[in-house]
Amino acid sequence: MRLEFEHLQSAHCENGVTTNLLKRVGAHKLTEPLAFGIGSGLFFIYIPLLKINKGPAIAFRTQPGLIFKRTCKALDIPIIRRKFRTKQEAQKVLDECLQSGRPVGCQVGVYYLTYFPKEYRFHFNAHNIIVFGKEGDNYLISDPVMETPTSLSSYELERVRFARGALAPRGQLYYPAENRLVTDDQFRNGIKSGIKRNVRDMLYIPGSIAGVSGIRYIAKKIKKWRSRLGPHNAGLYLAQLVRMQEEIGTGGGGFRYMYAAFLQQAYEFHKIDQLHETSGLFTKAGDLWRTAAVQASGIYKGRLDSQQDYNKMADHLFEIAGIEKKAFTALSKIKWAK
Amino acid sequence: MKKEEIPQDKSALEKLTKEVCYAVDEQGNYTTALSSGWEVKANALDVAWEDIEQRIANARQKVLNNEASPLLFFMEWRLMDIPIVAAYTGFWKWKVKKHMKPNVFKKINEKKMQRYADAFNVTIEELKTMNVEKVK
Repeated sequence: MRLEFEHLQSAHCENGVTTNLLKRVGAHKLTEPLAFGIGSGLFFIYIPLLKINKGPAIAFRTQPGLIFKRTCKALDIPIIRRKFRTKQEAQKVLDECLQSGRPVGCQVGVYYLTYFPKEYRFHFNAHNIIVFGKEGDNYLISDPVMETPTSLSSYELERVRFARGALAPRGQLYYPAENRLVTDDQFRNGIKSGIKRNVRDMLYIPGSIAGVSGIRYIAKKIKKWRSRLGPHNAGLYLAQLVRMQEEIGTGGGGFRYMYAAFLQQAYEFHKIDQLHETSGLFTKAGDLWRTAAVQASGIYKGRLDSQQDYNKMADHLFEIAGIEKKAFTALSKIKWAK
Repeated sequence: MKKEEIPQDKSALEKLTKEVCYAVDEQGNYTTALSSGWEVKANALDVAWEDIEQRIANARQKVLNNEASPLLFFMEWRLMDIPIVAAYTGFWKWKVKKHMKPNVFKKINEKKMQRYADAFNVTIEELKTMNVEKVK
């Protein structure tokens, strides 16, 4: 059985699943950048002491799951979400959903995801895919980061749905409960509240490790990495930063380009010139993140190894923090039409 | 980033897919395009993997020196840490740590051993001998 389902590739898995699932139940105008912006996806956080894969914990986007949740809420599409105790039940419910003609979003772990090459398989449990059919023992899979649909055997799917460790999916699946046409007004409101929430997250979040101040915080720390960690480990840390920023799923420049694209698309709904102007600032921020990544790569490849090089890296990040602060301040001053 | 500046470098990504990137066209409007990879981030991934390979080699040596049980090797080989091993096997973390000692490891019964074998997706035989070539 193969449900009618249009596979659309996107940069990020969660945005992709959100867009592809909601598009077919009434949010026809939804695109990846819109889902990202309405879900207030842009973020920065560096959590000291916490380690991910033995490296620093850095994120350029909001917590997994939130984009989907916020976008559905903003567009008023009810969602059914289930977790399971047993593997049998998880499969049974999935099969029933497919029987009733519903493509289903599944949270999975990446490590045992067989179609991923070895190099990309880490213990990361918040990947999202859509199951849209079953042929024999094979489930048809739409993984939004891939160009074409793929498939997994029932055993392979079960194993990734029941991956263990942090953010264990526990077989989680989710799908829109009903079809509801989303109006332009709902999009307008979603965009407005999405931007406001993102301004709050980036400018006013308490503490110094997140938002714009988080970028300054990591910049200060980077200056000390060389003497504190030694050149080898400092290089590993910088490599982790670059991977979080540029690796598949980000759309480039630590999601900053995606947000810039969102602001341009938001202009189609709200004819406010600041949206277009601010989009340019995010493009600039994304470009600078990439410049910083090139600097970092010089360090982890061993080409650059003086304290000045780390200082230069930090200066890039200070400049980025300045630009992003300016951009979000501009967004916060927008006078929204009633 | 301008559309024509999107890097098309060789990378491990090729084995998976081309990825979507956001970039601006001549008119300054955002659009998407596919990229085969970017050297800068491919290097970052290489650096991470060199470190992993090093840790695996160190773990293997420790097991051969009888300083640790093969569980240490398999933990590194599967890119896990103690909490992840504990989550997959259902053992307490302190128990897993104990099982990492060679003498304790020898006394683990068949049933518990199978839990480790399942977690690492290997056979018990492989678990004891560390005779594994490639990732399954």
